[in-house]
Amino acid sequence: MPDPPPAPLLTLRGIGKSFFGVRVLDGVDLDVAPGEVHAVVGENGAGKSTLMKIVSGGYAPDGGTVEVAGAPRVFRSPRDAQRAGIGIIHQEFNLLPERTVAENVHLGHEPVRRGLVDRRAMRERTGRLLASIGETTLAPDARVGQLGVAQQQVVEIAKALALDARVLIMDEPTAALADHEVELLYGLVRRLQHRGIGLLYVSHRLTEVFDLSGRITVLKDGRRVTTVNTTDTSTDDLVRHMVGRELSSYYPDRAGPADRGPVRITVRDAGNRKLRGVDLQLRAGEVLGVGGLQGSGRSALARALFGVAPFTSGDVTLDGRPVRLRSPRTAMRAGIAYVTEDRKGEGIVPRQSVLDNALLASRAVFAARSGRAARTRRVRELLATVEVRAAGDDQEIRFLSGGNQQKVVLARWLALDPQVLLFDEPTRGIDVGAKSAIHDLVRRLARDGAAVLMISSDLPELLGMSDRIVVMRDGRIAGELPAAATEEDVVALAVGHVTETDR
Amino acid sequence: MQLVQRRPLPPRRVRLRPGGVLPILAILVVLLVLVGIRQPSFLDPPSLMSFLGRSAPIILLAAGQYFVIVSGEFDLSVGSLVTAQVVVAARLIDSDPARTWPVVLLLLAFGALVGLVNGLITTRLRVPSFITTLGMFLILVGAVYLWSDGAPKGGLSEEFRRFGRRAVEDVPLLGRVPYALLVLLAVAVLAVVLMRSDFGRTLVAVGDNPRTAQLSGVRVWRTRTVAFILSGLAAAVAAILLGGYSGVSFQAGAGLEFGAITAVVLGGVALGGGRGSVVGAMLGALTLELLFALMNFYGVSGALRSTVQGAIILLAVAVSATRSSSR
Amino acid sequence: MSVLSLLPARRPVPGVFVALAITLAIGWLVVLVDGGQLFNQSTTVSLLHVAAGLGFVAVGQTLVILGGSLDLSVAYVISLSTLVAAETMNGSDGALLPAIGLALAVSAGVGLLNGLLVTKFRINAFIATLGVGLLLKGYLDSNYDGPAGVTSPGLVQSLGYQRVGPVPLSFLLLLAVTGAAWFVLSRTRFGHHLVAVGGDPEVARLSGVRNDRVLVAAHVLCSLCAGLAGVYLASRLGSGAPRVGTEGLYDLESIAAVVIGGTLLAGGRGGVVGTVGGVLLLASIDAIFNQLEVDAFFKQVIRGVIIIAAVAVYARRTLRKAAS
Repeated sequence: MPDPPPAPLLTLRGIGKSFFGVRVLDGVDLDVAPGEVHAVVGENGAGKSTLMKIVSGGYAPDGGTVEVAGAPRVFRSPRDAQRAGIGIIHQEFNLLPERTVAENVHLGHEPVRRGLVDRRAMRERTGRLLASIGETTLAPDARVGQLGVAQQQVVEIAKALALDARVLIMDEPTAALADHEVELLYGLVRRLQHRGIGLLYVSHRLTEVFDLSGRITVLKDGRRVTTVNTTDTSTDDLVRHMVGRELSSYYPDRAGPADRGPVRITVRDAGNRKLRGVDLQLRAGEVLGVGGLQGSGRSALARALFGVAPFTSGDVTLDGRPVRLRSPRTAMRAGIAYVTEDRKGEGIVPRQSVLDNALLASRAVFAARSGRAARTRRVRELLATVEVRAAGDDQEIRFLSGGNQQKVVLARWLALDPQVLLFDEPTRGIDVGAKSAIHDLVRRLARDGAAVLMISSDLPELLGMSDRIVVMRDGRIAGELPAAATEEDVVALAVGHVTETDR
Repeated sequence: MQLVQRRPLPPRRVRLRPGGVLPILAILVVLLVLVGIRQPSFLDPPSLMSFLGRSAPIILLAAGQYFVIVSGEFDLSVGSLVTAQVVVAARLIDSDPARTWPVVLLLLAFGALVGLVNGLITTRLRVPSFITTLGMFLILVGAVYLWSDGAPKGGLSEEFRRFGRRAVEDVPLLGRVPYALLVLLAVAVLAVVLMRSDFGRTLVAVGDNPRTAQLSGVRVWRTRTVAFILSGLAAAVAAILLGGYSGVSFQAGAGLEFGAITAVVLGGVALGGGRGSVVGAMLGALTLELLFALMNFYGVSGALRSTVQGAIILLAVAVSATRSSSR
Repeated sequence: MSVLSLLPARRPVPGVFVALAITLAIGWLVVLVDGGQLFNQSTTVSLLHVAAGLGFVAVGQTLVILGGSLDLSVAYVISLSTLVAAETMNGSDGALLPAIGLALAVSAGVGLLNGLLVTKFRINAFIATLGVGLLLKGYLDSNYDGPAGVTSPGLVQSLGYQRVGPVPLSFLLLLAVTGAAWFVLSRTRFGHHLVAVGGDPEVARLSGVRNDRVLVAAHVLCSLCAGLAGVYLASRLGSGAPRVGTEGLYDLESIAAVVIGGTLLAGGRGGVVGTVGGVLLLASIDAIFNQLEVDAFFKQVIRGVIIIAAVAVYARRTLRKAAS
């Protein structure tokens, strides 16, 4: 049992939160003591970010209490949380790149003397704040946009401290940092600890968690699994706590050896700004699962193959012939389709009808291929085949449920008879029924000879659907796993748990 | 790929939805009733026909503006383009009937070229369209004055002017049917057909969500550029009708761009793109003209037109903004 | 270094002044070859007069653009302001101050309307100010056919034609207004918040800035500046002129001056010093053309090209920056 450190700065009791009837957090308890680093780990979708939003005033909890220094508090806005001394450092920085460090640090509470902004006081105070966390090279007059990511992070931290934050939440602080910058962050965290600041450290990367934290809380499916002293646990233990969701849902049969066709796409040593040294083969008839954390390069891989952010180095061959996939149009002409992760922003055209949405790609790229009436008839058939539920095919797509929208997007691509399908989180935010319908469809497409690449953060789905799994980390392929892999195997590869062959 | 056939979706049905033409039709009917009460003779076929003929240019401009607005941009150069076209036509024709048709073709090409330039500057150089087209406004006005040394020269041939002011006489029931109305109907049919075509549907999709469109293989910049070209062509046709109807002047197209935008907004088309129909936009223009006619009957100064347009724009946009934020 | 860092827009400022110097040098040469003289008393004076008129508007425009907004109604506000001022004065010096006060108050009212439409009704600034502009245009069209009212002789003699050496009083006033605007942007909370709202409204909001208030205030200040330009133009023309704003293209030219001056059209970066550079650049080009006796219509064509080109150059620059 962990020893509770005396007089916590922040205490969460029984925090619960639901979105549209879906329980995202359920009875979570957590506390942070002065000078403590309390790590929160868990899979994608375990509820970490929702919990952090509640602590920092972004969401109001449905149940439970938040106490700061023993007194219960209700945060109606991020400002309330700030005033109570809780600061948050997001993955996406809340900074103005065109303004100076001092201006950013004091935005919203500029020091005033005789009614005017006291620029000198602003600079001096910023300098003192930066010095207090060991940052002496950063000029308060520097423009934030000219700083590196690590330095911007320092500015974010100074901005939180300028508001007298006593608890700092760091959400994946190393996600954007280079290796040598991570070392600097370690030093920074130590100095914050010395100042008596309590840190909530959210991270996927177990190495950091072990290096920095005193206690670790594991979340899974919105519940707290355990809180342990870091010294009393091991990575294997943690991974075991993080995974192990019930495999209740049904998945269609995998491809048999006879179903596997020839290699469709070969990627050799390819890379771009987000990817390095990617080697990959995609066969007809199989579903290749792609696992990995957010930001590990999974989506970048799909976008490179679809020509949205093309590879800048390496070779890609399609059916043995070299291809340059330099735009979505060339990829579509080569028989590739891409179902995006961000359905609302990149998948649907919200105010157009179901039919118009389903016809969008055919109209754009293969306008003259066949008669219009025949094409429309075929798309209507496809909409029926994927079982879209709508009041009519002239209904605006934004009024459909997420699952039905996704089916329409699928129909759009099926109309092109694609040979290669790239799915990026195809079932995110989709109800159970539609989910299994999409699983069936994906499998059927593979069985009919398509090569399918499916990115998923949902481990049971990834394991249940894939014939092979590659796991990505830091823009590279960290390893490949067979269909019989376990959730532990995937997570271990994704978080960089050092195993026999790694590094 | 063999997939099992399942229950088909119910077929299309007509319904009231945002961006549809029913609201503007309702406003139009109300205005017609008001006009009918105040000035019953206005609704007689001859005067109604001539009203429609007079309104044809602004309706055409509204259709052209619709293409640009529904794709998410603006074209503020159309008024100056109309002026330029009329002045150019007068100087080139120089009252020689034989030059009528070549000049008509030239005007269409000129309109398309201006649209092309507007479109390329906006999409390829990423200049906001209101700056591009306002800049084009300056260039066109300046160029036309420069070319004609400050006063319109030459004259339009009678052949040229007949599109704008002649009519098919002695039609049963209707009496005179202005050529302008026939031109308008032809263009309207073309516009409706175009909006039902692949291009039209893609155009609206681009205005609604350019990201999705691009990821579905649409060349967004090309689609938008074509919209500008269509607007330029519409301005050319409007100029031919307007020049015929009211003759040559540097004021021929003054302020028409605002009229066209107001009409489009009134017709239920969302500024910013992605919603509304070309029929709605054209009905919006007709309604606006009818409103001005009504104001005229009630003795309201025609100079207040701008105020009415401004109020309509603000009202329509405010209503749609509050409606969309309340959902 | 520490002095430089006080300028909100450090890097772009030199750019426009370099361009201004080059333009003047080339212009001087070309005019010389043409047999004229660019820097004699009368051209300098008229250049600065042109710059003063546009300058007031452009400084105001800078404030709204910095905040991520825009004002297309300024041209009509200017016309309205000349009329309000001249008609209230009606040729008497006694009504001078009340008339100026009224003109500015009316302008501020229009700015308030713009600001409320943009913030409370969430109407796109381009549409909102265009709509308000049309409202004013209708009022002006229906009530005025030509010049109206008489500017008080005192104002004409002072603001209109008074000079200190070759420098008109109006230009000195512009420098004072620019200085005040610069001071507001760099030394008041409002200024800091305005730039923050333009840079990233969400960051500003999360940092406790009241975005709506800031934007409304910026719109009021912008219209006030346009109103001041109107008073100045009334002093030059001797009467109110219902179309002086639109015919002077003050809406487009002010936006062009702001963009040429290095302020981002999307907001969040820039400053009034650069804008004055942009204004002087446009006024210089105008003066050079006048010296060369270039056709007025040709000048207008060039103006259109310059405006589009300026925005295109800056759009390209920001694109490249976003990509790197």
